[in-house]
Amino acid sequence: MSSYWLPTSIDGFLGEIKEASLLHFILEGFLVAGLIWFIFRKSYKSHNVHSLSKEEEEKIISEWIPEPLVASTPLDHPALKPLVVTGKAGHYIDVNGQRCLNLATHNYLSFVDKPQVEERAIESIRKYGVGSCGPRGFYGTVDVHLELEEKLAKFMGMEEACVYAYGFSTVASAIPAYAKRSDIIFVDEQVNFAIQKGLDASRSRICYFKHNDVKDLERLMLEFESEAIKNPRKAKVTRRFLVIEGIYMNTGNICPLPALLELAHRFKCRTILDENVSFGTLGETGRGVTEFYNVNREDVDLIVGSMEWALGSIGGFCVGSSFIVEHQRLSGLGYCFSASLPPLLTAAAMASLEEIEKNPGLLTALQEKCKLVHEALTNLSEFGFSLSGHVKSPVKHLYLINPPEDMEKHRCLLHDISQYCIKNGVAIVPASYLDHMEAHPHVPSLRITVNVDLTPGEVEATSKLLQKASSEFSLS
Amino acid sequence: MSCLLFAVGAFGEPERLMRTETKAVVPKAAAERAERCRYEGSGALGDADGETCRRPNMATEGLLNDGAHQLKTFAVNGKHALNGVNGKANGVFHPKKNGHVTAHCNGTTAGVPQSEPKSRSHSKESFEEVPLVTAVTTYLGFYLLVVLGYLNQFLFAPPVAKEKNRKGYVPLYNRFEQFYSRYVYRRIRDCWNRPICSVPGAEVVLKDRITNDYGWTFQYTGLEKKCLNLGSYNYLGFAEATGKCAEDSIESIKKYACALSSSRQELGTSPIHLELEETTARFLGVEAAITFGMGFATNALNLPCLLSPGCLVISDEKNHASLILGLRLSGATTRVFKHNNMKNLEKVLRTAVVQGQPKTHAPWKKVFIVAEGVYSMEGSLVNLPEVIALKKKYKAYLFLDEAHSVGAMGPRGRGVLDYYGVDPHDVDILMGTFTKSFGSAGGYIAGSKELVDYLRVNSHAACYASSMAPPIAQQIITSMRIIMGEDGTDEGQKRVMQLARNTRYFRRRLHQMGVIIYGHEDSPVVPLLVYMFSKIGAVVRTLASKNIAAVGVGFPATPLMEGRIRFCLSAAHTKEQLDYVLDVLEGIAETLGLKYSQLPRYKGVIPYEDKIE
Repeated sequence: MSSYWLPTSIDGFLGEIKEASLLHFILEGFLVAGLIWFIFRKSYKSHNVHSLSKEEEEKIISEWIPEPLVASTPLDHPALKPLVVTGKAGHYIDVNGQRCLNLATHNYLSFVDKPQVEERAIESIRKYGVGSCGPRGFYGTVDVHLELEEKLAKFMGMEEACVYAYGFSTVASAIPAYAKRSDIIFVDEQVNFAIQKGLDASRSRICYFKHNDVKDLERLMLEFESEAIKNPRKAKVTRRFLVIEGIYMNTGNICPLPALLELAHRFKCRTILDENVSFGTLGETGRGVTEFYNVNREDVDLIVGSMEWALGSIGGFCVGSSFIVEHQRLSGLGYCFSASLPPLLTAAAMASLEEIEKNPGLLTALQEKCKLVHEALTNLSEFGFSLSGHVKSPVKHLYLINPPEDMEKHRCLLHDISQYCIKNGVAIVPASYLDHMEAHPHVPSLRITVNVDLTPGEVEATSKLLQKASSEFSLS
Repeated sequence: MSCLLFAVGAFGEPERLMRTETKAVVPKAAAERAERCRYEGSGALGDADGETCRRPNMATEGLLNDGAHQLKTFAVNGKHALNGVNGKANGVFHPKKNGHVTAHCNGTTAGVPQSEPKSRSHSKESFEEVPLVTAVTTYLGFYLLVVLGYLNQFLFAPPVAKEKNRKGYVPLYNRFEQFYSRYVYRRIRDCWNRPICSVPGAEVVLKDRITNDYGWTFQYTGLEKKCLNLGSYNYLGFAEATGKCAEDSIESIKKYACALSSSRQELGTSPIHLELEETTARFLGVEAAITFGMGFATNALNLPCLLSPGCLVISDEKNHASLILGLRLSGATTRVFKHNNMKNLEKVLRTAVVQGQPKTHAPWKKVFIVAEGVYSMEGSLVNLPEVIALKKKYKAYLFLDEAHSVGAMGPRGRGVLDYYGVDPHDVDILMGTFTKSFGSAGGYIAGSKELVDYLRVNSHAACYASSMAPPIAQQIITSMRIIMGEDGTDEGQKRVMQLARNTRYFRRRLHQMGVIIYGHEDSPVVPLLVYMFSKIGAVVRTLASKNIAAVGVGFPATPLMEGRIRFCLSAAHTKEQLDYVLDVLEGIAETLGLKYSQLPRYKGVIPYEDKIE
């Protein structure tokens, strides 16, 4: 069977070759040469040092002097002489042996030294021991974890919750579980450090908007939108996220949630809301900023909370729809690859949560105290202090109105004021920041936390003490 | 559907039988191959040689062919050795035959001083290449699962929650990822996340659950089931609800409450933290230590402040996710070296130091080697003496993550440094966790006072994260004192010995059984290779039905082909308990065809002995 496209004889073949044009030959020659080059070429590598001899290499190695392991630390840094708290950090706290009113630890609802909470923790040790000895996947899921997750989900009125072993790692793992390299995240510039680390880990494009400034966010989103129109193919795979805090740890302000959510909805952004301070402190029953604004919680995609502040335990949690939260059980780094929360701390958090549920009056009391402190400290402006933070926020920042120019001196002055207050029986500490690591610089401040057990007398005394401190350090 | 899957798994059977016939020939052939490798070195013979000598640099160290023409020693990748190497054939140890021939093929290790501990480590790592037929069937099995999964997805709508009110949004998840978790992982999803409701001690009570819809959802039956626990990281058996540790922790709750609700730099430091840090430093034999509330965060939040752009990190390919996250956050350049392969490490290190930074060729600011003590998925032990020699030669710093090894390794339970008898000052940064051997939670970084002071000031965790819970800290202090014998008893020493004994015994018995296990013979993490995805499920389920709790690990946590069951031994296990597990495993290995090992097996009785070498 002769096929028509095969030359029937050698002569025919040669004839065909003769007939072919020269151009054909050159073209095919190039193709073949190109193919050979393509096959045999070395894969791309930088060959800058290929000619170094062994001696030269040895010389480089022996001459190289690495930097020391760590930079030297100033020996007088306050972190090296930490304030030591003996006993429980409750309403009152013993700092370096001095009994103080506690305006420094985040024990908003006084659950840290509540007997019910302690009892539950002790019971738990007697049943489960201390550690869980494994990550959630590998026999580290204890029934109390499931119970707490269910309770949290129910408390927040959402489908599902997952519990992390550490507050810091919660939001820092939750963000990169969803946001990836090609995505864009809009984020408030005053967000806490854990969020910043989560943003870094996601490797997404980060757009910071001015603190609580909805207009600025809108501007950024419009900018992005116009970019997206230019490159629709890319925009089609770019997920958009909005990351905000309920109450900002770094300023004490409450986010304008309804306006933010509206924008997020308009620009099809998913929202991650960090409620590490606002959970258990805001809203009539402690459900956080969503309750405060009476916003439909389903409009927020993921709510991240901490059990380390209001609940007086350790750990963090995420709540949201099953569609969202379930994903973290396989993709949340801090969830999958870390040992689970020790059962005793889980039990303690659960006991606190039950207290909040049982006794919503706590919340009204706390908010009253927040207001009390707010009013007392706002009046200090003539004494050189300015207060930031929402009236109902349990975290407030006290700034110096006329601070020293030099940053270092500014910090030292605040440290001295803090020492002065502690000496006089009120524990107030400067908010600690790693300034060179933060995305945006923070103005140094004294962070005041509000405890539900504060009395008007104590607040009054604190205000008096700060006035005294003002004249002591001539602040006004 | 599951019949089909098992059909794939069952291909293992005839292949195994076939192999037993050819077994007598294999060692000789392999020995010859090894000989060739030894002399022809990095020549081109590599690939043609198939399974055992695939890469040219693999068969370079520790070759020995004893008189009986049997391959005894065969170090692969400079570290892994076939089962029963250096005179230790499947469970029996002949120290005298431990001939160590070093570095024939590659001159680069010449500068590394040879020391006794190192040769020991080489000989004690167990590793065996996957048989070709198994590799093929594993891939086939996986592809079958994927194809069936796609078919399933095409035909039926998955009964999962859908996103509501997010129309027009960019899809949140990667489609393959979602497919994988729904149609591949879901089939054996019941093997993970099993809730417990007791102390994770030698025995653990599992909450019984069933699924009526092939793993989409689970329902709790309300029943409980007591299982032997080979899944938890309870190496020294300190997961206890009674006894001194528990009592002390309870006391500390009464004294300090459950938490301080503040960071270490603010008001989160209590005397218990200072005591813990002082005890940890004493335990490890270093100047100072700093502790953190979570082990994962110890890596993720401290590496970034130790490193900066312009630094180079040379990281083991099997390093834990927390280390990788920490490195990613630091902005430093990261290069990876092959798992525990010292020659590869030296190559990467040398090239890096000589070439400097890419493009500019400016010298690196600092070079770090990041390795783990015991690798949690491989069971292997870092070749510490050689790493230290290399680090000194190239002026690099060493970050050693002892998450799984501290407490569990060494005659005094002080970790891999203790095991090798290395001076703690030779390792620049010692990191470890308290979750495992101490039955608690959290982590530490220890080293020079300068390092620790720097971290106290600059660590993200010290500045922002809340401090460790007092009862958690107390558990560590008490258990650490017990290990050190400071409680006046030899309880701690007994536990360390018991773990070492259990480890040796369990590993030798598994070798004898003919299954392939990875890792160092003294490592309490014992991965048993089952390769196939379906077999992971089958083994974990069968073990559970016989009241044994073990962990299965598969893709993506391991390479696709290396599905495994991981056993974590504990000092709390008794010989009887281990014997029971081994008997059950023998049966499973027989039915499921897990006896992949091609090495000769020791026929005698394996002693359960006290001796630790």
